[in-house]
Amino acid sequence: MTATTTSRPDARPSTRDLLTRPDTRRRVVDRLMAVVVTSAFLIALVPLVSVIWTVLGNGIERLSPYFLVVSMRGVFGGMDAGGIYHAIVGTLMVTGFATLISVPVGLLTAIYLVEYGRGRLARAVTFFVDVMTGIPSIVAGLFAYALFAIFFGPGVRFGVVGAVALSVLMTPVVVRSSEEMLRLVPNELREAAYALGVPKWLTIVKVVLRTAVGGIVTGVMLAIARVIGETAPLLITLGVIDSINYNLFEGRMMTLPVYVFRQYSQGLVPCAPEAADCIATINYDRAWAAALVLIAIVMLLNLGARLVARYFTPARGH
Amino acid sequence: MRHDATRGTALAAAAAVLLLAGCGSDDPVNHPWRPGGAPTDAPAEAPVASDLSGSVAGAGASSQESAMQAWVAGFQSANPDVSVAYDPVGSGGGRTQFVEGGVAFAGSDAPLDEEELAAAQERCAPGEVVEAPLYISPIAVVFNLEGVDSLAMSPATVAGIFAGTITRWDAPEIAAENPDVALPDLGITPVNRSDESGTTENFTEYLHATAPEAWPHEPSGDWPVSGGQSAQGNSGVVQTVTDGTGTITYADASKAGSLGTVRLGVGDEFVEFSPEAAAAVVDASPRAEGRPATSFVVELDRTTTAPGAYPLVLISYTLACTAYEDPATGELVSAFLSYVAGEAGQAAAADTAGSAPVSDALRSEVLPVLEGIG
Amino acid sequence: MSTSDTPPVRQEDDDLQAARRPHRDTAGRVFAGLSTGAGTLILVVLAAVAAFLLLRAWPALTAGSEELAAISWIPDHGSIVRYVGPLVFGTLVAAVLALLMAVPVAVGIALFISHYAPRRLAASLGYVVDLLAAIPSVIYGLWGGLWLSRRLEGVWGWLADNLGFIPLFEGPAATPPRVMMTVGVVLAVMILPIITAVAREVFLQTPRLHEEAALALGATRWEMVRMAVLPFGRSGLISASMLGLGRALGETMAVLMILSPGLTYSFALLLAGRHQTIAANIALQFPEASPLGVSALIATGLALFVITLAVNMAARWVVARRKDFSGAN
Repeated sequence: MTATTTSRPDARPSTRDLLTRPDTRRRVVDRLMAVVVTSAFLIALVPLVSVIWTVLGNGIERLSPYFLVVSMRGVFGGMDAGGIYHAIVGTLMVTGFATLISVPVGLLTAIYLVEYGRGRLARAVTFFVDVMTGIPSIVAGLFAYALFAIFFGPGVRFGVVGAVALSVLMTPVVVRSSEEMLRLVPNELREAAYALGVPKWLTIVKVVLRTAVGGIVTGVMLAIARVIGETAPLLITLGVIDSINYNLFEGRMMTLPVYVFRQYSQGLVPCAPEAADCIATINYDRAWAAALVLIAIVMLLNLGARLVARYFTPARGH
Repeated sequence: MRHDATRGTALAAAAAVLLLAGCGSDDPVNHPWRPGGAPTDAPAEAPVASDLSGSVAGAGASSQESAMQAWVAGFQSANPDVSVAYDPVGSGGGRTQFVEGGVAFAGSDAPLDEEELAAAQERCAPGEVVEAPLYISPIAVVFNLEGVDSLAMSPATVAGIFAGTITRWDAPEIAAENPDVALPDLGITPVNRSDESGTTENFTEYLHATAPEAWPHEPSGDWPVSGGQSAQGNSGVVQTVTDGTGTITYADASKAGSLGTVRLGVGDEFVEFSPEAAAAVVDASPRAEGRPATSFVVELDRTTTAPGAYPLVLISYTLACTAYEDPATGELVSAFLSYVAGEAGQAAAADTAGSAPVSDALRSEVLPVLEGIG
Repeated sequence: MSTSDTPPVRQEDDDLQAARRPHRDTAGRVFAGLSTGAGTLILVVLAAVAAFLLLRAWPALTAGSEELAAISWIPDHGSIVRYVGPLVFGTLVAAVLALLMAVPVAVGIALFISHYAPRRLAASLGYVVDLLAAIPSVIYGLWGGLWLSRRLEGVWGWLADNLGFIPLFEGPAATPPRVMMTVGVVLAVMILPIITAVAREVFLQTPRLHEEAALALGATRWEMVRMAVLPFGRSGLISASMLGLGRALGETMAVLMILSPGLTYSFALLLAGRHQTIAANIALQFPEASPLGVSALIATGLALFVITLAVNMAARWVVARRKDFSGAN
């Protein structure tokens, strides 16, 4: 990093100096840096590979159809039983509801920024959408809690609260990606529609949105992938529960990330030596298996998003 | 074409959701796909056809959670139409929700204070508040030291270790109490709970009562000494101790597992934790005075010298009313808590949570009250 | 994910709008109103976050020390400010540590993808790094707590034994290594992708002319990078680092699952029970907190919100300024 400060492009004499030095030293430095830069990339691969490897290796064993379709109700101690069905249901419902809130708001905001926004308000919205992407997830959780605690009293915990927290995190991501996609729509299309006498709003709905739909879907899927693994805000807004809860408006809900955390924090089970139905590491096993499912969901969403992007907009740049 | 693809994806997603929704089961224990098959020897049908139905909710101490899971499972299998929920929100949250009428019963690591008691009596009027010590759990002091699985320590030594004044395993204080043990030349790493907990409160209360000089800190649910290893929950501290070497912590005895345990100095002898020893100290301790007749609050005598008593225990109370507005709720609470206090319930908790079953003497007092709830 | 530039056709768009003005229809107005409303809603939500946090934190902010003493985890005679202090310190230590480890690696990766790797591979390599960002934080916590920390114990022990004279590495290293240093490593991995993504984007924008000029002068590839790419990308790197900092400041689960917390002002990174971050502390104490305790935790959350807001605003401001600059280029 020090190099950047000493070698401004305008430092002409030193540049010439540098370039007229004996070649071998410069070649060695060049090679060395190539190795350093390449190894930086390899270093980044280490955690990626090791995370995926450990999750796969530790999680695959417990993963079974049974694990996917049962909840944890009535499971205690080191019992060789229990699954993540309630957590999958919770994750899908809460994330789904968050998507229902975020997509309309995010998409309309993007339309506003691209098609209508002028002047100070638009600049402020652009700026604060960026700032909002940096809100810590736990703060979003506290916000949702604080909001609902006013109406429902302290200790409020149900699905919608978590969904609101997630939508605070999700909306700016949707705005960002949709905005980018809408800007990619060629203006000729808009102009052609206007020339035919189509009103602006109809042009946006029928022409602009339809052209950009692939990119927007991609963006939404990536946004979902980002929030589906959020733990902290759900930990404080949904709490934990062992049974299936299909009701977003009442009662605690379990979600996959919280399930992973909860199993992790329940830790080792001290098994009595004579106990037959007792696995000491059962909680960790379940945590790894649930983590595997979670990673699979996130990766599938990512992959799906890329596929949608490729399928709909083959000519898109990067 | 684009539309078709979107529609196809949506359809596939909907199908997946429906498929998943169709298979979901809230009964993992008896699910046919369970590895090794569903248990066939389990009490599949209740011998007496139970006519109880409905649902009842409780909330409170997380210390009771694993015992409560066993109780709920046992009670529900005997009464298939009943659903009992217990929300481990913490003792404080449980007391608040109980007083405000949000839940029918609560679990709390501490008895109600005066203010709460007054409010609770109002809530239960015209009935009375019931405070029953149904979950008695010894707290074990456990350590991870190669080749050593039991050490004797006086309260002052334990306090010294956790206060940071005794820092090595071969310190003279420990050596003097364990002349036959080869102690390694190794630093001691005490591990404490990082979250606020009843276990910490009982442990610090014990140290404060038994070794006031070595332990100058007031009893508190939050660990008063900073700068040590800590972790969340009983499992967390035990895990941390297991991962390290020369580590020591205090935790719910049910979590002690294969770690080395400390025999605590009581009077002239050193007592290993056991359910019986924990029950002994409860029996040796007097009832708190100035509370309603239905309140069975025990003033633990931490400095007891009663033979075979293990004074480092946590008592978690179950709070309920003797009468409920809705008689159906009362009936359920009565049936559930009677089961909990009964021999079957206490045995179930002892098996899964390692708690100490309440003594027969205490049961004979508590059970009539619980059975009278209506 | 860079924001694309304003399309040059905006002016015409304006004219078109003016031309159609007589056609004003209700549907159009409703649609325009809706989208403007959505944009405004974003601002309202952000303001509401601040407002509700403040509202909920108020009881704790105004409570006397006797009232606060009822919360066991607030030190005696403490005020909220004295409670927040070490937490803010711990949060900053964690984030800065992660940043120090992540930035050099991220710059390396970004350079590799933008200037060293074969062009054809660049996009997929970028995707591989993005995968790191896709992994949920709770899984990093699980990985860090159950897998990584065990493997770092020896390294930290060696650091403490050999470099213990530096206060940062004061020994003896804690066993198990539930220490800030471990957290720093995991956080660094987590913020690596965001820094890499921005840095890569910036490096790719280096004017080709500059690069070719350097090469034409006989510079080696590294010299070209040093003289053309890095100086050009400096402000972009700064904002990338700040974005990473913002992410690290608010990370909860990895810290919660790995660190032995403690409330002190200490730089000893290998000792347990010295630090705690705001976010992890909230998640730790929230489930069993009393109403006043929740209020105190929300007050700490407000502090975190303000800090991250400031960092992010600064980062965005740098980006925006840079964009103006490069746009004029």
